[in-house]
Formats: sequence, C-alpha cells, structure tokens
Amino acid sequence: MGILASLFDGVLVGAVYGLAAMGITLIWGVMNVINLTHGTMIVAGMFAVYLLAGAAGVPVYATLPLILIGGFLAGVAMYWIAVHRLVGQPPLMSLLSTFSVNLVLIGLGTVVWGTDLFNVPVSLPGLSLGHYTFPGTHLMAAGLTVAIAAALYVFLNRARIGKAVRAVSGNREAAELVGIPTRRVLALSFGLGVALACVSGMLIATMFPFTVLSGDPYLLKSFVVTVLGGLGNPVGALVAGIALGLLEGLATPFMPVSWTPVIEFVLFVAVLIAFPGGVLGVLGLRGTRPH
Amino acid sequence: MTVLRRPFVWVIGAVLLAFVLVPAYGNNVELRENLLLAALYITLASSLNMILGYAGYVNFGSIVFFGLGGYLCVWLMSAHGWSLFVATLAAGVTVSALALLFGLGILRLRGAYFALATIGVNEAVMAFVANFEPWGGSSGIYLSPELFQPLGGPARALWTIYYLMVGVMGLSLYLSYAVKRSKFGLALRAIGQNEDAAAALGVVTPRYKAAVYSLSAFLPAVAGGLYFFKSAFIQPPDAFDLQLSTEAIVIAMLGGQGTVAGPAIGAFLYEQLRGWLLTSPAFSHFQLVIAGTLLLAIVLFAPGGLMGWLYRRWPGLRRILE
Repeated sequence: MGILASLFDGVLVGAVYGLAAMGITLIWGVMNVINLTHGTMIVAGMFAVYLLAGAAGVPVYATLPLILIGGFLAGVAMYWIAVHRLVGQPPLMSLLSTFSVNLVLIGLGTVVWGTDLFNVPVSLPGLSLGHYTFPGTHLMAAGLTVAIAAALYVFLNRARIGKAVRAVSGNREAAELVGIPTRRVLALSFGLGVALACVSGMLIATMFPFTVLSGDPYLLKSFVVTVLGGLGNPVGALVAGIALGLLEGLATPFMPVSWTPVIEFVLFVAVLIAFPGGVLGVLGLRGTRPH
Repeated sequence: MTVLRRPFVWVIGAVLLAFVLVPAYGNNVELRENLLLAALYITLASSLNMILGYAGYVNFGSIVFFGLGGYLCVWLMSAHGWSLFVATLAAGVTVSALALLFGLGILRLRGAYFALATIGVNEAVMAFVANFEPWGGSSGIYLSPELFQPLGGPARALWTIYYLMVGVMGLSLYLSYAVKRSKFGLALRAIGQNEDAAAALGVVTPRYKAAVYSLSAFLPAVAGGLYFFKSAFIQPPDAFDLQLSTEAIVIAMLGGQGTVAGPAIGAFLYEQLRGWLLTSPAFSHFQLVIAGTLLLAIVLFAPGGLMGWLYRRWPGLRRILE
C-alpha cells in the first residue's frame, strides 16, 4: 500500500510537471526557441499567487485566471523585447537572449524577496484511503492541470487561431503565404507558453514551499519532460510529466531523496542521445511539429 | 623561430609579464587576488571560446570540467598525499579523457539539444558528487593546512598558486591562438558555419567536435585544481556552479566570440565591472540585472562583441589582435 500511495501521489505531482513542460514545448515547437526564462516564470506564478492570495486576499484558486492573463501579457511583452529579432537565427542567439532576460528577472527577484522560503497556505480537505491521506492541494492541482491541458488541446485543434499556431509551427513561410499574420501568431504562442509556466508555478506553490531561485529544478524537469514527450507535443508532455512523477514516486521509498536528481539527469541525457525526437514520438504519438 | 614573428605571440607575452610583475611590485596581495580571479575567468572563457566561438556549439555546462578537476585534485592530495603539481596534471588529463568519452556521446546532438544536454551533464555530475561518500558527499572535502607546507607555508604557497594560475592563463591564450591558426581550427570554424557542408567537404565532424570538447576541458580542470587547493575546501554547489559557466558565456560574448583576444579582454572588463558593482552601494544588489541587460544588448545589437566593433573601426587590427 505504501508504494501504491507513493505512486499515486507521483502521478498527481507529475501531471503538474507536464503542465509546466507544455509551456516550454509549445514555444520550442512553434518557433524553435528554447525559453530559458521558463523556470523564472514558474517562480513568477508562485509569487503572484503568494501576493494575490496573501496580501490582496483573493481566494487561492480564483487567482488562476488572473495569473493566466498576467502571464500571457508578460510573455507577449518579452517576445517583442527579447525574442522577435532572433527568431530564425541560430539557436545560440535566442538561448542567450532569454538567458539574459532570466538574469535580469532573477536579479530583481532576489533584490525584492532575497532567498527566503515562502509558502501559500491552502486549507483543502484531503482524501483518505485506508491509512493514507492524499493532500487536497495535490488532487486539485492534478484536476486543474487536466482541465487546462484539455482546453489547450481543443484550442490547438479546433479554434481558428489555434490552427494558425499549428500552421506556423509546421511551416512559417507557407503559413505567411496563405495569409496568416505569423508575427502575431508567434507573439501569441510565446505569451501562451509563458502563461502556462505561470499557472503551473501557481499550482506548485499550493503544494510545496518555494524561493526566488526555485525555478531551476522545474526548468530542468520541464526539459526532461519535453525530451521524453517529444517537441511541441502538449499531450506527450502531459503523459511524460506523469511518467516522471511516477518515476519519482517509485524511487522515493527505495532510496534517499537526494539520489532522485541523479537518476533524472542521467535519464535525461541518455534519452536525449538515444531518441532525439522524443520517446513518445517513436511510439507514434506525433506532435504539432513533424520530425 | 617563426612563432616569434607573429605579433600576437608578443601580445600574450606582454600580458603575462604584466600579470607576473605588477602584483609582485610592493607585495600587493589585494591586487594579486583580483588578478587571480581575472586569470581564472580568462582561462574559463578562452577554453569555452574554442567550442562556442570556433565550432558554434553552446556549452552551458563548461563548469563541470572546473568542478571535476577541483574535486580530483583535492581528493588526490588529501586522500593519497599527491603533490600539487602531479595532482593538478592528473586531474587535467583525467577530466580531458572523461570529456572525450562524454563528447563522443552528447556531440551527436546539435544546436539547442546539445546545449540542454550540457546542463544535464553538469547537474547529473553535481547530484552524483553530492551523494558520493568518498568525496565527502554534500559536505565536501576540507584540506588540512599542512598541505601548504611543501610549498613553503601558506603565504608563499598563495604566490606559487598565483603564478601557476597565470601560467595556465597564458597556456589557454596560446592554445586558443594555436588552434585558431591550425588546420584543426579551420575545420572547427567550418563546422561552426555549416556543419553539413563541412562534413561534405571531408571534415570528420564527430571526431573534431569530440577533440575540441576534450581540449576545452583540460585547462579549466587544471585551474579548478589550483583554485580549490587555494580555498582549501570544496563543496558541490561551489564546484558545479552553473552561474560561473554562464558568466563565461557572457564574457566570451562581451569580448567577441571566435576571436582569441575577445574572451581575454571580456574577462578583464567583466571582472572590473563586477568588482565595481559589488563595492558600489547603489548597484551591489543589481549585479545580475546589469550583467543580464548588458548581455541582452550585446546579443540584440552587437553580436560580434567588442572585438567585432574594433575590427569594423580599425580593420588593420586583425593582424595584431587575433
């Protein structure tokens, strides 16, 4: 039973990793830019819920739409400032530009909040099964994640703008030729990716304590998930996130927590080398970007 | 001695001489510590530049060489009683060999995937070392002060370490220069411009890439050994600090990636700027913000860095400063 409980909790937390990775994989798939501010935008979501719920008194889960909109606007602004000129150039340039924006944000964050530990208290009844109680926040986070992922899937496959995003991701020049305003679509995709990062940060903040520097582990987890799930594939990201959560849940009872990152990163590098197109891509789950 | 007819070799020599003589004049310890850091930054940035600037591969995790070199050297000295010289050399050679092995694997990846894998390698090694008991796990290794005795006591040892670090810096500059002038360097720059075209012209790209990855590991590992011997203690977060790797990238971009003098000038400027920002009361908290803004401005508006700007201004400079 202990291992089952640990696995189930792994699935719940893993779904949120999947949500975080959707943000990075969307931007990567559409414009071939790796957003290195991703981890910091996750932290921005954490501090947004901390401030909105703590200081402004908004109910914790009611902050979600506000954070979604705020993250979107921040993402669009970041696109025009730091990314737009570099789309289509060698990846070095956009890696460096998003990296430098990240330095600025981290610098400002540490000036304002230092490196203290913060948390967002949420009173949500847990679910008891036998001797084990699953925290209500974990269940709520996983449920909201699935809802957001479904909404994103419908948006990309049914909505007109969503189809435009997939068209630009497939072939930007062809999309431009059939009259899609690709620059605006790129800005929208970047905004969407950042919004997803912020929302996942908000959900993580309800589960775990955080600091200004908490972004790095989640950024790296997002990379692992993206590589496992295939580039530009939101469904793959969710599945791979859950797989990563399961792996962590499986490892927890058997080895000290400090060994988990060793396994994760070895897995990451090994998968990257063995399947550059993503493991799930090999299994036939294709992303928005053909490879 | 045809090598002495090249002006740039004289420039390197003059810089070395200045590094050796200036702090020794009046036994200026504060200046020495300042220049030691500058020499370290120059070594890291010049080594990184060989893979970043010549071959066009972004290595976010170049600090893994520095950290591993430091750990190996400190461990060989404390657990096995090796002398500093042998231990740093052994660390350099071992890390280079490991890099060759890693390189053959991860250099099959291109562009952004490679950049991500280098972060993964650094984090995996750091997480492993933090759990590796023979190397002290997360609490690291402390060196006993007695290890400074063979070098004539702590005060003399610090000068010796400084001169060795300056020597390593000189080697890194010369290596960077020699590689750029060689056929090997030409192949690397062909890979940097268009890897498929280079392969079609007969450059055995996997072998060249792995070779430069391994070569760029050697001097940072030696520098890591010297640096952590000087600190007399080593811990995973200090040894594998991703921020130092990224500072090396900022430095190479600031000076001008792909040039030999660029990373050195960039390192010197960055060191001065950092020192000034840390001591200035208004800016001490905004160090990262300023470094970030600077890098963003360079990437967006002056991708050639300082050397790119100088070359455009005075084209003749190319013959003296490579």
